[in-house]
Amino acid sequence: MEFKDYYKIMGVPRDASQDDIKKAYRRLARKYHPDVSKEANAEARFKEIGEAYAVLRDPEKRASYDQLGTNWQAGQEFRPPPDWDAGFEFSGAPFTDAGASAYSDFFESLFGGGFGGGTRSRRHAGFRARGEDHHAKVVVDIEDAYRGAARTITLQSPQVDDAGHVSVKRRNLKVSIPKGVKQGQRIRLAGQGSPGIGDGPAGDLYLEIALDTHELYTVVDRDVYLEVPLTPWESALGAKIKVPTPAGPVDLAVPKGTANGGKLRLKGRGIPGTPPGDLYVVAKLTLPPADNEAARALYRRMEKELAYNPRRKLGV
Amino acid sequence: MTDKVLNGILIDERIELTLHDLEHACACSTEWVLELVDEGVLEARGDDPRSLRFGGASLARALRATRLKRDLGLNLPGIALAIEMLDEIEALRVQLRRIEASDLDQ
Repeated sequence: MEFKDYYKIMGVPRDASQDDIKKAYRRLARKYHPDVSKEANAEARFKEIGEAYAVLRDPEKRASYDQLGTNWQAGQEFRPPPDWDAGFEFSGAPFTDAGASAYSDFFESLFGGGFGGGTRSRRHAGFRARGEDHHAKVVVDIEDAYRGAARTITLQSPQVDDAGHVSVKRRNLKVSIPKGVKQGQRIRLAGQGSPGIGDGPAGDLYLEIALDTHELYTVVDRDVYLEVPLTPWESALGAKIKVPTPAGPVDLAVPKGTANGGKLRLKGRGIPGTPPGDLYVVAKLTLPPADNEAARALYRRMEKELAYNPRRKLGV
Repeated sequence: MTDKVLNGILIDERIELTLHDLEHACACSTEWVLELVDEGVLEARGDDPRSLRFGGASLARALRATRLKRDLGLNLPGIALAIEMLDEIEALRVQLRRIEASDLDQ
Protein backbone atom coordinates (compact mmCIF):
# COMPACT_ATOMS: atom_id res chain seq x y z
CA MET A 1 0.00 0.00 0.00
CA GLU A 2 1.07 3.57 -0.55
CA PHE A 3 2.11 6.00 2.12
CA LYS A 4 -0.19 9.01 2.37
CA ASP A 5 1.15 12.41 3.32
CA TYR A 6 -1.81 13.86 5.18
CA TYR A 7 -0.09 17.22 5.71
CA LYS A 8 0.52 17.58 1.98
CA ILE A 9 -3.07 16.62 1.21
CA MET A 10 -4.30 19.31 3.59
CA GLY A 11 -1.68 21.80 2.37
CA VAL A 12 -0.44 22.59 5.89
CA PRO A 13 3.03 22.39 7.49
CA ARG A 14 3.75 19.59 9.96
CA ASP A 15 3.72 22.06 12.84
CA ALA A 16 0.31 23.54 11.90
CA SER A 17 -1.96 24.31 14.85
CA GLN A 18 -5.24 22.40 15.27
CA ASP A 19 -6.94 25.65 14.33
CA ASP A 20 -4.99 25.96 11.08
CA ILE A 21 -5.84 22.37 10.24
CA LYS A 22 -9.51 23.04 10.79
CA LYS A 23 -9.36 26.15 8.61
CA ALA A 24 -7.54 24.28 5.85
CA TYR A 25 -10.14 21.52 6.01
CA ARG A 26 -13.05 23.94 5.74
CA ARG A 27 -11.49 25.68 2.78
CA LEU A 28 -10.77 22.43 0.94
CA ALA A 29 -14.17 20.99 1.86
CA ARG A 30 -15.95 24.00 0.36
CA LYS A 31 -13.91 23.55 -2.80
CA TYR A 32 -14.32 19.79 -3.20
CA HIS A 33 -17.55 18.89 -1.40
CA PRO A 34 -19.52 16.81 -3.92
CA ASP A 35 -22.69 18.78 -3.12
CA VAL A 36 -21.20 22.11 -4.12
CA SER A 37 -18.23 21.29 -6.35
CA LYS A 38 -18.19 20.61 -10.06
CA GLU A 39 -14.49 19.69 -10.12
CA ALA A 40 -14.18 16.46 -12.08
CA ASN A 41 -12.46 14.57 -9.28
CA ALA A 42 -14.38 16.21 -6.43
CA GLU A 43 -15.62 13.00 -4.85
CA ALA A 44 -12.21 11.33 -4.74
CA ARG A 45 -10.50 14.49 -3.51
CA PHE A 46 -13.11 15.04 -0.84
CA LYS A 47 -12.64 11.51 0.46
CA GLU A 48 -8.90 12.02 0.63
CA ILE A 49 -9.31 15.32 2.46
CA GLY A 50 -11.82 13.76 4.87
CA GLU A 51 -9.38 10.97 5.64
CA ALA A 52 -6.49 13.39 6.23
CA TYR A 53 -8.69 15.50 8.47
CA ALA A 54 -9.94 12.48 10.42
CA VAL A 55 -6.31 11.83 11.39
CA LEU A 56 -4.97 15.36 11.86
CA ARG A 57 -7.97 16.75 13.75
CA ASP A 58 -7.63 14.09 16.44
CA PRO A 59 -4.58 14.82 18.62
CA GLU A 60 -4.16 11.12 19.44
CA LYS A 61 -4.18 9.96 15.84
CA ARG A 62 -2.07 12.90 14.73
CA ALA A 63 0.58 12.10 17.34
CA SER A 64 0.77 8.47 16.28
CA TYR A 65 0.85 9.42 12.61
CA ASP A 66 3.68 11.90 13.32
CA GLN A 67 5.53 9.09 15.02
CA LEU A 68 5.97 7.38 11.63
CA GLY A 69 8.55 10.08 10.99
CA THR A 70 9.23 12.53 8.19
CA ASN A 71 11.16 10.23 5.87
CA TRP A 72 8.12 8.87 4.08
CA GLN A 73 7.16 10.22 0.69
CA ALA A 74 3.61 10.30 -0.63
CA GLY A 75 3.00 7.24 -2.82
CA GLN A 76 5.95 5.32 -1.36
CA GLU A 77 5.33 1.64 -0.66
CA PHE A 78 4.38 1.46 3.01
CA ARG A 79 4.22 -1.24 5.70
CA PRO A 80 3.42 -0.13 9.22
CA PRO A 81 6.35 -0.82 11.57
CA PRO A 82 5.61 -3.61 14.08
CA ASP A 83 3.97 -2.33 17.25
CA TRP A 84 4.06 1.15 15.80
CA ASP A 85 1.22 2.26 18.02
CA ALA A 86 2.49 0.72 21.24
CA GLY A 87 2.25 3.09 24.14
CA PHE A 88 -0.58 5.14 22.67
CA GLU A 89 -3.92 5.19 24.29
CA PHE A 90 -6.96 5.77 22.16
CA SER A 91 -10.38 6.86 23.18
CA GLY A 92 -12.91 4.69 21.45
CA ALA A 93 -15.40 7.18 20.11
CA PRO A 94 -16.00 6.82 16.38
CA PHE A 95 -14.20 9.65 14.63
CA THR A 96 -16.48 10.07 11.69
CA ASP A 97 -19.96 9.38 10.45
CA ALA A 98 -18.62 7.82 7.30
CA GLY A 99 -18.23 4.05 7.10
CA ALA A 100 -14.73 2.67 7.53
CA SER A 101 -14.61 1.62 3.87
CA ALA A 102 -14.54 5.30 2.94
CA TYR A 103 -10.87 5.31 3.91
CA SER A 104 -7.76 4.02 2.19
CA ASP A 105 -5.89 0.80 2.99
CA PHE A 106 -3.16 3.00 4.39
CA PHE A 107 -5.59 4.47 6.89
CA GLU A 108 -7.06 1.06 7.71
CA SER A 109 -3.62 -0.40 8.39
CA LEU A 110 -2.92 2.34 10.92
CA PHE A 111 -6.28 3.07 12.46
CA GLY A 112 -8.63 0.33 11.30
CA GLY A 113 -8.14 -2.09 14.20
CA GLY A 114 -7.96 -0.89 17.75
CA PHE A 115 -9.05 2.63 16.92
CA GLY A 116 -12.59 2.60 18.06
CA GLY A 117 -13.45 -0.51 16.09
CA GLY A 118 -15.65 -2.78 18.15
CA THR A 119 -17.21 0.07 20.04
CA ARG A 120 -20.24 -0.36 17.91
CA SER A 121 -21.02 -3.81 19.20
CA ARG A 122 -20.13 -2.84 22.73
CA ARG A 123 -22.25 0.26 22.70
CA HIS A 124 -25.30 -1.71 21.74
CA ALA A 125 -25.02 -4.54 24.23
CA GLY A 126 -28.45 -5.46 25.55
CA PHE A 127 -30.03 -2.98 23.22
CA ARG A 128 -32.62 -3.21 20.51
CA ALA A 129 -32.55 -0.88 17.55
CA ARG A 130 -33.28 -0.71 13.86
CA GLY A 131 -30.19 -1.18 11.67
CA GLU A 132 -28.72 1.81 9.85
CA ASP A 133 -29.94 2.83 6.43
CA HIS A 134 -27.36 2.53 3.67
CA HIS A 135 -26.86 4.59 0.52
CA ALA A 136 -25.33 3.58 -2.79
CA LYS A 137 -25.32 4.67 -6.41
CA VAL A 138 -26.34 2.63 -9.42
CA VAL A 139 -25.55 3.55 -13.02
CA VAL A 140 -28.43 2.95 -15.41
CA ASP A 141 -28.60 3.15 -19.23
CA ILE A 142 -31.15 5.37 -20.94
CA GLU A 143 -32.71 2.23 -22.44
CA ASP A 144 -33.22 0.86 -18.90
CA ALA A 145 -34.97 4.07 -17.88
CA TYR A 146 -37.39 3.56 -20.81
CA ARG A 147 -38.12 -0.11 -20.30
CA GLY A 148 -37.14 -0.93 -16.76
CA ALA A 149 -34.45 -3.52 -16.12
CA ALA A 150 -32.93 -5.91 -13.63
CA ARG A 151 -29.47 -4.86 -12.51
CA THR A 152 -26.93 -6.74 -10.48
CA ILE A 153 -25.01 -4.43 -8.20
CA THR A 154 -22.06 -5.12 -5.96
CA LEU A 155 -22.02 -3.37 -2.62
CA GLN A 156 -19.13 -3.09 -0.24
CA SER A 157 -19.68 -2.47 3.41
CA PRO A 158 -17.32 -2.45 6.37
CA GLN A 159 -17.82 -5.17 8.95
CA VAL A 160 -16.44 -5.03 12.47
CA ASP A 161 -15.82 -8.40 14.08
CA ASP A 162 -15.82 -9.12 17.82
CA ALA A 163 -12.08 -8.46 18.04
CA GLY A 164 -12.62 -5.04 16.56
CA HIS A 165 -11.08 -5.80 13.16
CA VAL A 166 -12.54 -4.05 10.18
CA SER A 167 -12.92 -5.88 6.92
CA VAL A 168 -14.80 -5.10 3.74
CA LYS A 169 -17.63 -7.41 2.88
CA ARG A 170 -18.96 -7.62 -0.65
CA ARG A 171 -22.42 -8.70 -1.58
CA ASN A 172 -24.34 -8.85 -4.85
CA LEU A 173 -27.93 -7.78 -5.17
CA LYS A 174 -30.20 -8.16 -8.16
CA VAL A 175 -32.42 -5.12 -8.22
CA SER A 176 -35.33 -4.24 -10.43
CA ILE A 177 -34.98 -0.76 -11.93
CA PRO A 178 -38.50 0.51 -12.54
CA LYS A 179 -39.42 2.07 -15.85
CA GLY A 180 -39.28 5.88 -15.87
CA VAL A 181 -36.42 6.54 -13.44
CA LYS A 182 -34.82 9.98 -13.55
CA GLN A 183 -31.29 11.11 -12.82
CA GLY A 184 -30.82 11.55 -9.04
CA GLN A 185 -33.97 9.67 -8.02
CA ARG A 186 -33.69 7.05 -5.33
CA ILE A 187 -35.02 3.54 -5.00
CA ARG A 188 -35.69 2.30 -1.50
CA LEU A 189 -35.06 -1.37 -0.77
CA ALA A 190 -36.66 -2.18 2.54
CA GLY A 191 -34.58 -4.28 4.92
CA GLN A 192 -31.38 -4.25 2.77
CA GLY A 193 -29.41 -1.90 5.05
CA SER A 194 -27.53 -2.87 8.20
CA PRO A 195 -28.96 -5.75 10.20
CA GLY A 196 -30.97 -4.74 13.23
CA ILE A 197 -29.44 -4.79 16.69
CA GLY A 198 -30.96 -7.21 19.13
CA ASP A 199 -34.23 -8.20 17.50
CA GLY A 200 -34.63 -4.79 15.86
CA PRO A 201 -35.52 -4.64 12.16
CA ALA A 202 -32.86 -4.18 9.47
CA GLY A 203 -32.30 -0.75 7.95
CA ASP A 204 -33.15 0.15 4.36
CA LEU A 205 -30.92 0.58 1.34
CA TYR A 206 -31.35 3.67 -0.84
CA LEU A 207 -30.03 3.41 -4.39
CA GLU A 208 -29.43 6.68 -6.19
CA ILE A 209 -29.93 6.54 -9.95
CA ALA A 210 -27.17 7.92 -12.15
CA LEU A 211 -28.06 7.91 -15.85
CA ASP A 212 -25.13 6.88 -18.01
CA THR A 213 -24.20 9.17 -20.87
CA HIS A 214 -25.15 7.93 -24.33
CA GLU A 215 -23.46 8.53 -27.67
CA LEU A 216 -26.75 9.38 -29.42
CA TYR A 217 -29.06 10.78 -26.78
CA THR A 218 -28.79 13.68 -24.36
CA VAL A 219 -31.19 13.57 -21.43
CA VAL A 220 -32.43 16.76 -19.78
CA ASP A 221 -34.88 16.04 -16.97
CA ARG A 222 -37.30 13.63 -18.72
CA ASP A 223 -36.72 15.05 -22.21
CA VAL A 224 -34.38 13.36 -24.65
CA TYR A 225 -32.52 15.11 -27.49
CA LEU A 226 -31.24 13.41 -30.61
CA GLU A 227 -29.36 14.94 -33.52
CA VAL A 228 -30.55 13.56 -36.89
CA PRO A 229 -28.73 14.27 -40.18
CA LEU A 230 -30.95 15.24 -43.13
CA THR A 231 -30.24 15.55 -46.85
CA PRO A 232 -30.99 18.88 -48.58
CA TRP A 233 -33.94 17.33 -50.45
CA GLU A 234 -35.44 15.85 -47.24
CA SER A 235 -35.12 19.23 -45.60
CA ALA A 236 -36.50 21.16 -48.59
CA LEU A 237 -39.25 18.82 -49.74
CA GLY A 238 -40.15 17.04 -46.54
CA ALA A 239 -39.76 13.28 -46.03
CA LYS A 240 -40.73 10.30 -44.01
CA ILE A 241 -37.62 8.96 -42.26
CA LYS A 242 -36.80 6.41 -39.59
CA VAL A 243 -35.20 7.70 -36.40
CA PRO A 244 -33.91 5.66 -33.46
CA THR A 245 -35.37 6.20 -29.99
CA PRO A 246 -34.35 4.45 -26.77
CA ALA A 247 -37.63 2.49 -27.10
CA GLY A 248 -36.87 1.40 -30.68
CA PRO A 249 -37.05 3.06 -34.13
CA VAL A 250 -40.03 5.22 -35.08
CA ASP A 251 -41.23 6.84 -38.33
CA LEU A 252 -40.87 10.60 -38.39
CA ALA A 253 -42.52 12.96 -40.86
CA VAL A 254 -40.04 15.74 -41.62
CA PRO A 255 -42.06 18.78 -42.73
CA LYS A 256 -40.91 20.52 -45.90
CA GLY A 257 -38.67 23.49 -45.25
CA THR A 258 -37.13 22.04 -42.06
CA ALA A 259 -34.15 24.29 -41.34
CA ASN A 260 -30.72 23.28 -40.13
CA GLY A 261 -30.94 23.16 -36.31
CA GLY A 262 -34.74 22.96 -36.43
CA LYS A 263 -36.34 20.95 -33.64
CA LEU A 264 -39.08 18.38 -34.17
CA ARG A 265 -40.88 17.32 -31.03
CA LEU A 266 -42.14 13.78 -30.55
CA LYS A 267 -44.55 14.33 -27.71
CA GLY A 268 -44.43 11.78 -24.92
CA ARG A 269 -41.51 9.84 -26.46
CA GLY A 270 -39.05 10.94 -23.77
CA ILE A 271 -38.49 9.07 -20.52
CA PRO A 272 -41.80 7.54 -19.37
CA GLY A 273 -43.58 9.06 -16.39
CA THR A 274 -46.64 11.08 -15.47
CA PRO A 275 -46.32 13.15 -17.52
CA PRO A 276 -43.71 11.49 -19.78
CA GLY A 277 -40.92 13.56 -21.29
CA ASP A 278 -40.68 14.50 -24.96
CA LEU A 279 -38.15 13.45 -27.57
CA TYR A 280 -36.64 16.27 -29.59
CA VAL A 281 -35.12 15.55 -32.97
CA VAL A 282 -32.61 18.24 -33.89
CA ALA A 283 -32.24 18.44 -37.68
CA LYS A 284 -28.72 18.61 -39.01
CA LEU A 285 -28.39 19.35 -42.72
CA THR A 286 -25.61 17.53 -44.50
CA LEU A 287 -24.42 18.04 -48.06
CA PRO A 288 -23.74 15.13 -50.38
CA PRO A 289 -20.04 15.13 -51.29
CA ALA A 290 -19.15 16.28 -54.80
CA ASP A 291 -16.61 13.52 -55.22
CA ASN A 292 -17.54 12.22 -58.66
CA GLU A 293 -18.44 13.71 -62.02
CA ALA A 294 -22.16 12.97 -61.78
CA ALA A 295 -22.40 14.74 -58.39
CA ARG A 296 -20.42 17.73 -59.64
CA ALA A 297 -22.69 17.97 -62.68
CA LEU A 298 -25.76 18.06 -60.40
CA TYR A 299 -24.27 20.83 -58.26
CA ARG A 300 -23.43 22.81 -61.43
CA ARG A 301 -27.00 22.36 -62.63
CA MET A 302 -28.35 23.69 -59.32
CA GLU A 303 -25.99 26.64 -59.56
CA LYS A 304 -27.30 27.45 -63.01
CA GLU A 305 -30.99 26.77 -62.52
CA LEU A 306 -31.66 27.84 -58.91
CA ALA A 307 -30.21 31.37 -59.05
CA TYR A 308 -29.76 31.18 -55.31
CA ASN A 309 -27.67 33.85 -53.54
CA PRO A 310 -27.55 33.32 -49.76
CA ARG A 311 -25.50 36.53 -49.35
CA ARG A 312 -27.95 38.90 -50.94
CA LYS A 313 -28.74 40.53 -47.59
CA LEU A 314 -25.08 41.28 -47.00
CA GLY A 315 -25.21 43.75 -49.91
CA VAL A 316 -22.27 42.32 -51.80
CA MET B 1 -25.94 -14.62 -4.11
CA THR B 2 -29.52 -15.48 -4.95
CA ASP B 3 -31.22 -14.89 -8.26
CA LYS B 4 -34.16 -13.22 -6.61
CA VAL B 5 -34.79 -9.77 -8.04
CA LEU B 6 -35.47 -7.20 -5.35
CA ASN B 7 -38.26 -4.78 -6.00
CA GLY B 8 -37.79 -1.40 -4.43
CA ILE B 9 -39.98 1.66 -4.15
CA LEU B 10 -39.13 4.55 -6.45
CA ILE B 11 -38.98 7.69 -4.33
CA ASP B 12 -40.78 10.15 -6.60
CA GLU B 13 -43.30 12.88 -5.93
CA ARG B 14 -46.12 10.41 -5.46
CA ILE B 15 -44.37 8.92 -2.44
CA GLU B 16 -45.03 10.22 1.04
CA LEU B 17 -42.23 9.97 3.57
CA THR B 18 -42.57 10.19 7.34
CA LEU B 19 -40.38 12.01 9.83
CA HIS B 20 -39.09 8.60 10.86
CA ASP B 21 -38.11 7.74 7.24
CA LEU B 22 -36.08 10.93 6.92
CA GLU B 23 -34.28 10.71 10.25
CA HIS B 24 -33.34 7.12 9.50
CA ALA B 25 -32.14 7.81 5.98
CA CYS B 26 -30.02 10.75 7.17
CA ALA B 27 -28.95 9.04 10.42
CA CYS B 28 -29.96 12.22 12.22
CA SER B 29 -32.24 13.25 15.07
CA THR B 30 -35.93 14.07 14.93
CA GLU B 31 -35.06 17.57 16.13
CA TRP B 32 -32.75 18.12 13.18
CA VAL B 33 -35.46 17.24 10.64
CA LEU B 34 -37.94 19.49 12.48
CA GLU B 35 -35.40 22.34 12.43
CA LEU B 36 -35.08 21.88 8.64
CA VAL B 37 -38.87 22.16 8.39
CA ASP B 38 -38.89 25.32 10.56
CA GLU B 39 -36.17 26.89 8.43
CA GLY B 40 -38.14 26.14 5.27
CA VAL B 41 -35.53 23.75 3.85
CA LEU B 42 -38.10 20.95 3.89
CA GLU B 43 -41.79 21.25 3.22
CA ALA B 44 -44.14 19.09 5.22
CA ARG B 45 -47.87 18.52 5.42
CA GLY B 46 -49.55 18.02 8.80
CA ASP B 47 -49.21 19.66 12.21
CA ASP B 48 -48.34 17.07 14.78
CA PRO B 49 -44.74 15.75 14.23
CA ARG B 50 -45.98 12.16 14.18
CA SER B 51 -48.36 12.86 11.32
CA LEU B 52 -45.96 14.98 9.22
CA ARG B 53 -45.70 13.85 5.60
CA PHE B 54 -42.94 14.79 3.17
CA GLY B 55 -42.78 14.61 -0.62
CA GLY B 56 -40.19 12.37 -2.28
CA ALA B 57 -37.89 15.29 -3.13
CA SER B 58 -37.43 15.95 0.60
CA LEU B 59 -35.19 12.90 0.89
CA ALA B 60 -32.44 14.32 -1.35
CA ARG B 61 -32.75 17.75 0.31
CA ALA B 62 -32.55 16.34 3.83
CA LEU B 63 -29.50 14.23 2.89
CA ARG B 64 -27.81 17.23 1.32
CA ALA B 65 -28.58 19.47 4.32
CA THR B 66 -27.17 16.85 6.68
CA ARG B 67 -23.97 16.55 4.64
CA LEU B 68 -23.53 20.33 4.48
CA LYS B 69 -23.81 20.52 8.26
CA ARG B 70 -21.51 17.57 8.89
CA ASP B 71 -18.83 18.29 6.29
CA LEU B 72 -18.79 22.07 6.01
CA GLY B 73 -19.98 23.03 9.49
CA LEU B 74 -22.72 25.27 8.07
CA ASN B 75 -25.42 26.51 10.41
CA LEU B 76 -29.11 26.30 9.59
CA PRO B 77 -29.54 29.66 7.80
CA GLY B 78 -26.32 28.95 5.89
CA ILE B 79 -27.64 25.55 4.83
CA ALA B 80 -30.95 27.07 3.73
CA LEU B 81 -29.13 29.69 1.66
CA ALA B 82 -26.69 27.17 0.17
CA ILE B 83 -29.51 24.83 -0.83
CA GLU B 84 -31.50 27.64 -2.46
CA MET B 85 -28.44 28.67 -4.45
CA LEU B 86 -27.61 25.08 -5.38
CA ASP B 87 -31.21 24.66 -6.60
CA GLU B 88 -30.84 27.77 -8.70
CA ILE B 89 -27.51 26.60 -10.15
CA GLU B 90 -29.10 23.26 -10.98
CA ALA B 91 -32.03 24.99 -12.73
CA LEU B 92 -29.57 27.09 -14.75
CA ARG B 93 -27.55 24.00 -15.64
CA VAL B 94 -30.71 22.29 -16.90
CA GLN B 95 -31.43 25.30 -19.10
CA LEU B 96 -27.85 25.33 -20.32
CA ARG B 97 -27.99 21.61 -21.12
CA ARG B 98 -31.21 22.20 -23.09
CA ILE B 99 -29.55 24.92 -25.13
CA GLU B 100 -26.47 22.80 -25.72
CA ALA B 101 -28.53 19.74 -26.62
CA SER B 102 -30.54 21.80 -29.15
CA ASP B 103 -27.39 23.22 -30.67
CA LEU B 104 -25.75 21.27 -33.44
CA ASP B 105 -22.30 19.88 -32.81
CA GLN B 106 -19.78 21.41 -35.11
